Amino acid sequence: MEILVCVKRVPDTSENEIELNSTGNDIERDELVYSVNEPDNYAVEEALQIIARVGGNVTVVTVGSQDDEEVLRREMAMGAGKGVLLSDDVFNGSDARGIAAILSAFVQKGNYDLILTGVQAEDGGAQVGGMLAAMLDYPFASLVNSIEMLDGRKLKISREIEGGNREISEIELPCVLSIQTGINEPRYVGMRGIRAVASVPIPTYGTEELKLDPATVGRTAAKVKRLDYFVPALGKGAEMLHGNREEIVARVTDLIAAKGGLR
Amino acid sequence: MVNSLQSPAQANYWLVQGRILFLALYALGSACFFYIVARRLMPLLRAQRDSRFDRPLHRLGRVLQFWLGQWRHPRYRVAGIIHLLIFAGFIILATRAFTVLALGVSENFAMPGLSGNAGHIYGVIAEYASTVVFLCMVVAATRRLVFKPARYAVPARYGKGHPADAIFLLALIAILMAADSLFEASKAAALVQQGQAAEVMPVLSLGWMFTRALAATSLPVLQNLHLGAYLVHGLTFFFLLCYRPFGIQFHVETSLFTVFFAKLDGGTLKPVRWDVPDEKLDQVKFFGVKTFEDFTWKHMLDFYSCADCGRCSDNCPANAAGRPLSPRFLTIKARDYAFQHYPMFGKVGNGKALVGNLYSEDEIWSCTTCGACEQECPLLVEYIDKIVDLRRGLVDDGNVPQSLQKPLKALESRGNPYGKLEKKRADWAAAKDFQQSCPVRLVKGKAADTLYFVDSITAYDDRIQAIGRATARILHHLGEDFGILGAAERDSGHDVRRFGEETLFQALRDHNTQAIQASGVRRIVTSDPHAYNALKHDYKDVPPVEHVSQVIAREVKFGRIKFHPAEKGKVYTYHDPCYLGRHNQIYDDPRSVLDAIPGLKRVEMKRSRDRSFCCGGGGLMLFYEPKEDERIGVKRVRMAAEAGANVIVTACPFCMVNMEDAIKVAGLEGKMTAIDLAELADQQIVKETQLAA
Amino acid sequence: MPRIFAFITHRAGVVDDSAAELLAVAKKIDATAAPTAIVTGWGAEVDDVCDNLCASFPEVWEIAHEALAYPNAELIRRALVKVLPAGCIVLLAHEHFGIDLAPGLSIKLNSAFASDLLAIGGREGDCLKVVRQEFGGQVSAHVECDISSGAVLTIRPGAFKPEANSTAKGVVVEKSGEVDTLSARRRYLETVVAEAGDVDITKQAILVSVGRGIQEKDNIAIAQEFADALGAAVSCSRPVVDAKWLEKSRQVGSSGKTVKPKVYVACGISGAFQHLAGLKGNPFIIAINKNPKAPIFQVADVGIVDDLLELLPELTSKIREMRKAA
Repeated sequence: MEILVCVKRVPDTSENEIELNSTGNDIERDELVYSVNEPDNYAVEEALQIIARVGGNVTVVTVGSQDDEEVLRREMAMGAGKGVLLSDDVFNGSDARGIAAILSAFVQKGNYDLILTGVQAEDGGAQVGGMLAAMLDYPFASLVNSIEMLDGRKLKISREIEGGNREISEIELPCVLSIQTGINEPRYVGMRGIRAVASVPIPTYGTEELKLDPATVGRTAAKVKRLDYFVPALGKGAEMLHGNREEIVARVTDLIAAKGGLR
Repeated sequence: MVNSLQSPAQANYWLVQGRILFLALYALGSACFFYIVARRLMPLLRAQRDSRFDRPLHRLGRVLQFWLGQWRHPRYRVAGIIHLLIFAGFIILATRAFTVLALGVSENFAMPGLSGNAGHIYGVIAEYASTVVFLCMVVAATRRLVFKPARYAVPARYGKGHPADAIFLLALIAILMAADSLFEASKAAALVQQGQAAEVMPVLSLGWMFTRALAATSLPVLQNLHLGAYLVHGLTFFFLLCYRPFGIQFHVETSLFTVFFAKLDGGTLKPVRWDVPDEKLDQVKFFGVKTFEDFTWKHMLDFYSCADCGRCSDNCPANAAGRPLSPRFLTIKARDYAFQHYPMFGKVGNGKALVGNLYSEDEIWSCTTCGACEQECPLLVEYIDKIVDLRRGLVDDGNVPQSLQKPLKALESRGNPYGKLEKKRADWAAAKDFQQSCPVRLVKGKAADTLYFVDSITAYDDRIQAIGRATARILHHLGEDFGILGAAERDSGHDVRRFGEETLFQALRDHNTQAIQASGVRRIVTSDPHAYNALKHDYKDVPPVEHVSQVIAREVKFGRIKFHPAEKGKVYTYHDPCYLGRHNQIYDDPRSVLDAIPGLKRVEMKRSRDRSFCCGGGGLMLFYEPKEDERIGVKRVRMAAEAGANVIVTACPFCMVNMEDAIKVAGLEGKMTAIDLAELADQQIVKETQLAA
Repeated sequence: MPRIFAFITHRAGVVDDSAAELLAVAKKIDATAAPTAIVTGWGAEVDDVCDNLCASFPEVWEIAHEALAYPNAELIRRALVKVLPAGCIVLLAHEHFGIDLAPGLSIKLNSAFASDLLAIGGREGDCLKVVRQEFGGQVSAHVECDISSGAVLTIRPGAFKPEANSTAKGVVVEKSGEVDTLSARRRYLETVVAEAGDVDITKQAILVSVGRGIQEKDNIAIAQEFADALGAAVSCSRPVVDAKWLEKSRQVGSSGKTVKPKVYVACGISGAFQHLAGLKGNPFIIAINKNPKAPIFQVADVGIVDDLLELLPELTSKIREMRKAA
């Protein structure tokens, strides 16, 4: 089975404090640590587990610049056989639709049975997977937390819906699935593994190789543009309790009694 | 003297002359033995290299101390004494055994130098030795059958015990002793009956008792007993010789080598491959131990040498807490694997992955590397290197628990397991009021004499930062010219290494080494025993390192630190951190600091010094979620309470975290507190003391 | 001004709460708009829902189709593409269905797409300004959308005050006829209901909820003791379930349970929106967190910056005292 996983390099929220930069038009990126978007990592692990069961290859792809190669290498260290970078100056400023168009062009160059994305990126809006599927006219399912191979060209998938319930569906290949965290336990990628793939060549494709019309991507084609980042003025928010612990304890217990009653 | 009984060499055993029979027996027995040993050596020939031939005199010294001197055995008093007697007996009887066997071929054989008076004296000693060994067999069997010491038990998940086998072996040795004595006694009785002067059997020895019992036995019967006892002796001897390599008794042959080749440098870790320097490691196909043959030959020798005594597991904190780890069974399972896959006849089995088949992942991750097992083993069997190697194999396969992946990733990107920003690494010292009374500066730019290596937990943990400040205040009080690396410091990597992530460890080590060398400091002080151990043993080319307890102890000795009297009503006990105590033998310095505090009442826990009970583990172990019945730390605080203490003093930030946590979980809040040695010293220090220039 | 549609989800004949929120969003985009509700389904249920919506929407488009008896986003998209006029704006709630449907819909309608919106800024011609969050809610962003060829927008549940309107006297427009056969390469099989745990947190009046700040599985006992003293139950946020410290049935949030307690004590919970999305009915929220900047303090009624591992036991003792005295 040929599986393509779309990954994205994002600032790692667990190891960064996201703050605005001095000019206020972006977040402060100087000391940021970047890593692969967490749901994307789960998607790669899922792909690896699938080919361990049924054979095949896993390719990871990202849209970006040279800097983004590091996440491709990390996923290759994890076990993905191939990494591809889609990069071109023309791509800059693409909105999600533009990214999906670029990925769509790449998919059409190959022959993939299954395309996975993470459900959402740290700095994204759960868009690209669904858009990519629609562009390719492939069936799509989001928030997937379990994949089972069925006979023929079908998968049995489970989606995470409210209340911890799971919606079970059958979906035909080729298809696009966006993967939710917790679907599996991703394997560890050690420093040694990453060093081992440090010099594996990663092909880069631009508009020419992808036969993409520049007018459909990039800043000019984007219908959605982020203007800035800001931290909203904090509203009133909670009434913060001060004082020593004894006083706070007394106040809280009184409040609980008053509001909900002790049962 | 005329032998009134025919000797076994001359007599006929069912148409075959004894000489020929026994020659054949010895040849066959020896051949069998050598074949068996050769098969046992097979896996060692396929094993990884090890570096065990350096410092032969030092090694010889250890053989004298631990093998000949049975140094570790008395740590379990009763079993220790029994084994000492048995071992001494065997050593003494070695010569006699050879002599007796030789008599089956050459009836007048005597060891050179042991004819005449020397021979008589030796004979007496040997006979008593034989008797003592015999009695020890009886006592040992009784212990196993009646008293059943807990550490011999085999929990169901590890398989079945072999109590019958143990008794069988004890019985065989008893038979060997008895047959030998009977052989001599029958001869002596015959001589007496014939009115000839006989060798006087040592009083109350086995032989003496046999002789008296045989006083009225007829000569023909005595003859048969004589020949029969001899045959039984020979058969038993060679049976035991060939049977020993099939079980724990193999340690009789292998223990000498295991002790000789034992690790000399405590606190160090085996490199990934002994014959591959760090720079060439990227050429190694894989790291760690994944199949049995990935162990080194010394490790395999360890598996053969285990006497299944259970002392290691008896002292293992993970085992006591109900984690799936039992060092004893780590070894026994590997030994059984070797026996199974390298059989006497037939094909050598395929190397299957150890973890998942022989060992569970939890088993391997449960180890806190405290070293209690290694400290206890009378045969100096090593464990930590094996566990680390198995972990390296798991890391190599990406098979790391999710709970450990996060801190490892944080260590890679931020140099600390919490994922906190590098630039905040010196925030612990930044508070205005602290800076005013105790300025702590960076070594960058302006060189300092001493580096205070803070390490991650002391730098970032809200509670543990207090230990950092206390240490800084003490250094300041002593007028030390010291500084910290601040944002340039990374985690020492001590536990990254012990959790098998060697590459990440080397990256951290290299970064820190560069920063330390660039700083120009001449010495390093740390309040973190894990950092201490790393800087001392895992790092190369860095200045000498001391733990703050050593610094304080020295200054106390020279009168440069004086303490205010201790708070009344408190009873203190000192908990030896594993990486200060057991791994680096620093037991007395911290105690001397406590004893220098006037009026401080100090008690010792039963498990102290090299028998200290691990707090539960530090470094990455704080992130791992083991399956256990009771927290290791909870057991430890209960031990402190049992000793009558209401304050636990420790000298390690990880011990502190575990103790304070355990006090809450054990419900001892209000009845027990924990304090770090540096904090206590800082609290009690008399600040008016002028430091002599 | 493009026509505004709100896709309304429903279950067992009950209209989802988001309907009123989407109505409010429509009004924010265009105060004079006459937004149209659009509903799919099958049988008496969908008829009921459409009738209900007439009270708040001036027009309700009903697509009743057997294939749409279960809301399969793939099929619904095909149906919508057949009936929706070019250049329209479609609003959906940003939850599991909206996430499934909206992106692909925007491609097939060839319109702009923006998701998980918290606020509508304003409109200048074809440029609609909206507000989103990124990085787990740590920063917000102003975004502008070119709606010249329409837009598909998903709205964060609870971000907009519901528009209370019961006077619309709307009309149901049958659109089922415009949709003949529907087929897709994804077929709904069944819904597996989450295992009922030992405790049903949706029925509790008081919840003591723990998040990542509880630090370790063993510490949950501290929260449990507090809950016991209160006669309450322990619930949690997603990270606690991911770490396998509590079962899924205890999770409050968009992918967990929706709860409506009177009092909600949030211990060591940062306040990510996915968690808060599970809190309805305006409970009295008491938040305890070591981090004074935790977003939970924005939505809580009362906040305490303290170590919950130390504060909770003291609260527990005090409650026990109060009970003894009573």
